[in-house]
Amino acid sequence: MTLDFDLRVARGEFRLEAAATVPIPGVVALFGRSGSGKSTLAHAIAGLGPRPTGHLRLESVTWLHSSRSVHVPAERRGVGYVFQDARLFPHYDVIGNLRYGARRARGSAAYAREDELVALLGLELLLGRRVHELSGGERQRVALGRALLAQPRLLVLDEPLASLDDARREEVLPYLERVRDRFGVPMVYVSHRYDEVLRLATHVLLLDAGRVVASGPPAALGRDAQLRSIVGSDAVGAVLDATIEAVDARARLATVRVGSQTLQLPVPGADVGAHVRLQIPARDVVLAVETPRGLSVRTELRGVVAEIVRDDEHAALVAVDCEGVALFARVTHAAVADLALAPGRPVWALVKAAALRGHVYRRP
Amino acid sequence: MLQPAEWDALRLSLAVALRSVALGLPFAVLVAWLLARSRLRGRLMLDAIVHLPLVLPPVVVGYLLLLVFGVRGPVGAWLDATFGVQLAFTTAGAALATAVMSFPLMVRAIRLSLEAVDPGLEDAARTLGAGPLDRFLTITLPLMLPGILAGAVIAFAAGLGEFGAVITFAANVPGETRTLPLALYTALQAPDGEALAARLAAISIALGLAGLVIAELIARGVRRRLGR
Repeated sequence: MTLDFDLRVARGEFRLEAAATVPIPGVVALFGRSGSGKSTLAHAIAGLGPRPTGHLRLESVTWLHSSRSVHVPAERRGVGYVFQDARLFPHYDVIGNLRYGARRARGSAAYAREDELVALLGLELLLGRRVHELSGGERQRVALGRALLAQPRLLVLDEPLASLDDARREEVLPYLERVRDRFGVPMVYVSHRYDEVLRLATHVLLLDAGRVVASGPPAALGRDAQLRSIVGSDAVGAVLDATIEAVDARARLATVRVGSQTLQLPVPGADVGAHVRLQIPARDVVLAVETPRGLSVRTELRGVVAEIVRDDEHAALVAVDCEGVALFARVTHAAVADLALAPGRPVWALVKAAALRGHVYRRP
Repeated sequence: MLQPAEWDALRLSLAVALRSVALGLPFAVLVAWLLARSRLRGRLMLDAIVHLPLVLPPVVVGYLLLLVFGVRGPVGAWLDATFGVQLAFTTAGAALATAVMSFPLMVRAIRLSLEAVDPGLEDAARTLGAGPLDRFLTITLPLMLPGILAGAVIAFAAGLGEFGAVITFAANVPGETRTLPLALYTALQAPDGEALAARLAAISIALGLAGLVIAELIARGVRRRLGR
């Protein structure tokens, strides 16, 4: 099953010409700089804003096919939309907002029940509140619940965390993960923060100047030069999806398998068997050409240099193949020369466990 | 406390102002929506025409109404022949003249409140499955209610005192079109009308003040409800 589109929108000087076919269900991230057309594309998918030309299809349902004069208006698409500014209705209380969409849900069977959703999003104590009494994080949770109760066929999240500070973001992110894991609803997630994308997405569309310039699962996009030019060297790294094999409760460390080797890292709230997604930033990986000893680093993986690409004037990005799993290390040009790093050379990749980020993740 | 003639004038003023608001309000909402939200081609012209009563001498408005709605005017003759309704020299005619005069005030207040409604909320309602009429009734209209109420109260208060257009179009018929200002004017014409005129002026001032205070109270109440 796929979400398939080829959409062209002209907005003053800006032109969106975006085409892609992405697998669903899952979380499709629209990622790019501000002004790259992410929100315009999200609006076009939902049927908001100026009418695009081209086509747009979710599975077998066609929402837009301009050459056949097919254009389904937004209110009949069943695309739930969570806006950056929540857009709760100020003349309704929280429960009134939640039920606005529920009352108008039509067609497909209801998969999100009100009581279940209220519990899942932690809204029990907010139901009677007026909208202006809510914090930013609470607003987004209500907006999420409101959109889901309309039983959408597709849920678009348009920078839902962008107007929140970091603490509030961390408060709302787990709810997004729960929704992703609990309901099979396909999601389009717009963000300009790659850490959010890495945490949530199953597929990434990279947008630049109104075009889709790269498309693929997050693990496959790590080496993409255009992505690197956008997220900067600091955010470049490996993305691994793995299963937790053991949990050391005392040390609060989880063991995950990478090929025939293992990594130990902290994963909040993880149980044995849980799927986790690890982000290993290239700047936190150190390479050694001899067996390292006497180091505080607890995690070392044997591998072979696969590729060396110039990152910037100071450093190179070294891709290391660890039994089929790609790691990246940002290494200075001088170190590349001193260690005689070249494709095929065996190396040890050292990772500070404290720098690793792991999030419990179940593929929908 | 009040004499029969004063009661008559007060009652007539209230009746005329009330009917003028009831008559004008639906049109004012429509015109405000056309001006604020539609992409109508003649918007600038419509805007100018709606505001014309603010800048024209009221007598001119009354005269134009006579031309159109008078017994020999095209619309007036048709109304008379079809429904037996006469507007000139009747309370209904006074209400029509008042409605036209206070129309720009109403449109202004309603338009301002409509422009303050975030179109993003209407987009949000669309994604939740609400069609155009549904959106207007459940989102736009409730959110512009403060402006509609304010516009209605302002138009009502202004309508209590409409003089020129009423006397030109509906004349000065006791018990029919002699509202407070017309009664006041008549009293001033009479040699011993000073005291009556002063009393009528006092009534007018009290009514106007009450209208303005009520408008402010309503606006505050609604604002509190919306949490602004």
